[in-house]
Amino acid sequence: MNIEILGITVLWVFLFGYIMVGAIDFGAGFFNAYTLLTGRQRILTHVIQRYLSPVWEVTNVFLVFFFVGIIGFFPKTAFYYGTTLLVPVSFGIILLAVRGSYYAFETYGARGHKGYSFVYGAAGLLLPASLSIVLTISEGGFIEMIDGQPVLDYWLLFTSPLTWSIVVLSLAATLYISATFLTWYANKAKDQEATQLLRKYALIWALPTMIAAGGIIFELRKHNSLHYENIQRFWPLFLLSFIMFLGTLGLLWKGRRYGVAFGLLAGQFVFAFFGYGASHYPYLLYPYLTIYDSFTNHAMAIALITAFIFGLLMLIPSLYLLLRLFLFNKDYVKGKEDYHA
Amino acid sequence: MDSVFYSRVLTELTLSFHIIYATIGVGVPLMIMLAQWVGIKKNDEHYILLARRWARGFVITVAVGVVTGTAIGLQLSLLWPNFMELAGNVIALPLFMETFAFFFEAIFLGIYLYTWDRFENQKKHFLLLIPVALGASFSAVFITIVNAFMNAPQGFDLVNGELINVNPLVAMFNPAMPTKVAHVVGTAYMTSAFLLAAIAAFRLLRGSNHIYHKKALYLTLKVGFIFSVSAALVGDLSGKYLAEYQPEKLAAAEWHFETEENAPLMLYGVLDDGEVKYAIKIPYALSILAHGSPKAEVIGLDQFPEEDTPPLYIHYLFDIMVTIGMTLLALSLVFWVGMWRKWRFVESRWFRWLIVLGGPLVFISLEAGWWLAEVGRQPWILRNIMRTAEGATSSGQVPTMLALFALLYLVLGIGSVVVLRRMFVRNPVEQEIMDRQQEKGGDIR
Repeated sequence: MNIEILGITVLWVFLFGYIMVGAIDFGAGFFNAYTLLTGRQRILTHVIQRYLSPVWEVTNVFLVFFFVGIIGFFPKTAFYYGTTLLVPVSFGIILLAVRGSYYAFETYGARGHKGYSFVYGAAGLLLPASLSIVLTISEGGFIEMIDGQPVLDYWLLFTSPLTWSIVVLSLAATLYISATFLTWYANKAKDQEATQLLRKYALIWALPTMIAAGGIIFELRKHNSLHYENIQRFWPLFLLSFIMFLGTLGLLWKGRRYGVAFGLLAGQFVFAFFGYGASHYPYLLYPYLTIYDSFTNHAMAIALITAFIFGLLMLIPSLYLLLRLFLFNKDYVKGKEDYHA
Repeated sequence: MDSVFYSRVLTELTLSFHIIYATIGVGVPLMIMLAQWVGIKKNDEHYILLARRWARGFVITVAVGVVTGTAIGLQLSLLWPNFMELAGNVIALPLFMETFAFFFEAIFLGIYLYTWDRFENQKKHFLLLIPVALGASFSAVFITIVNAFMNAPQGFDLVNGELINVNPLVAMFNPAMPTKVAHVVGTAYMTSAFLLAAIAAFRLLRGSNHIYHKKALYLTLKVGFIFSVSAALVGDLSGKYLAEYQPEKLAAAEWHFETEENAPLMLYGVLDDGEVKYAIKIPYALSILAHGSPKAEVIGLDQFPEEDTPPLYIHYLFDIMVTIGMTLLALSLVFWVGMWRKWRFVESRWFRWLIVLGGPLVFISLEAGWWLAEVGRQPWILRNIMRTAEGATSSGQVPTMLALFALLYLVLGIGSVVVLRRMFVRNPVEQEIMDRQQEKGGDIR
């Protein structure tokens, strides 16, 4: 493994982390708002807030880590993506800002405030859709070089079926991941009513997730045949992913072993996400940018990796402590204790 | 040209808004730590409650600080892609390290907030705050290092437009770094202290005469005094750094036109057709500020071509920053001595109103300081390497984004103030002390 691949793998792991914890987070915010609207908040709000409260800020750091890391390891991305993504990413930032702050406003300042809950629920749902545009653009075909400057063709982007398949996938996957996780969490909290409702949501969103994912591969065939061929080389990963999806679906259907169901779901997304990433190799942006021609200098790469290793040595025990105190602490999950400031 | 201008305005807007919350985010954890520590040491519930209530308010400001920090982090690449491409090669290390500091802070803040009274031993809970405060302060350190690098870039060679011999550590430990980091971190503590002092003084003026607020006032102004002294001392060292490495910035800020010995310091005044009017001239003071000796020669603006010097209005920013800093130093000193010597007037209404005024003033000083730092670096985004205009995006959509972000910051600003007010008005400290008294069986006054 060379240093370029090491760099992009580290970043990809963190992006995967963001997608998973972010999906749980954003989906939870949406379900919270949705049940408020349909008058079923009594069932869900408690479970959702138990989970969300101590971790929301950590979620955001995964994203920051990814975009700071990619500029560090691949500075040329600043030029190509920075120039072209001004509008889509600005929308992403605004959604993220609204989502993060209104979540805090509601949770810490105005518990149960409906307006705030709707705002952050909606912003959270739009956020994956808006950020997923970056993946679409990375497939190439939407950026043209004019006078040596990259320019994004919005018309092409927003009329492409690929764009909309990816948007649908991001929405469906967010709700599917979140509902499955929360089913497990609610079950751990021995909250039967919440478990059943969330299980229903998980089952509803499973199929759209899979259909959208298939749709993307189909669209890629027309849009980026090089990537499409590469995806086929990694078929065992996608097959494994699909088998795991069936496993999750089966367990949810039967209504047991929710922990295993979520484990399989995580596996499904690991294989799909890394299969997708590996088949994207070596391009960061088709056809302009590969991980090789955009890589930073050797000294910086070594420095970043060293910093990363020391950083992980601090992070892993801290994350473990966080999970142990909240996620895996039976009394906390069941809501027996509330020690908020 | 247009996109350069709007990129500058948007960056300035984001930074000016973010810095308010970021500064609170760096300074307030230290204040919470001190209060909780004093509370544990003296076994005084009031200080513990102080820490607890500050922590509650802090969460709201942290949320806005985090999301606007994410905004500026991304905007650096969106608005200044050419700059980030170059800078990413040399100064990415502290940016990357900042995310770890931030990670660390985020994790422990989550734990800290949700473990009040969970531990038998209160010191254990206190210990959780240390990584929060450290993470916050180190975030500031790392980000300030990046800013220092923009003022004094080093650690690489630029040969025919190619970057070679990159050394990330040399780039980090650039000459601007020690004074800048010390000044930013120190003034963050100072700002937070005066903000919390203003709140305590305001509560005392608005009818509450509870000892709780008096303790808060005493603690915060003590810390405020210490860090305003540090800010002044580091400010002096910053002058010496500038004289040595960025003389054009110092000269523009002090309206020092001709290179000369025995240079006087100009305070206040206005510029009229290149002529300084109504300024207070302190003999030898600029030579002392720049080189520590009244006779030393100080380089003036005459040594630089006009297109390489910053705009002269930064002198006003300098005046505002220094005047407010010194005023607050004096105010906290008088309060401190007055409490000790039992001067009655420090507990009078008008003196408390002055302390309340210190709250907004310290933020004006903070903004003036940052504008001075940023405008004073112009026309460079990376001094002597890249001009600001060369770093900007070629996208034509910046004005629209500027409008959107202005609206966002308005919403977030109003939202955070409304929520904070609501939190504390609905749960006044007297009420909370009573509630806790009932819980514990009455050992708190």
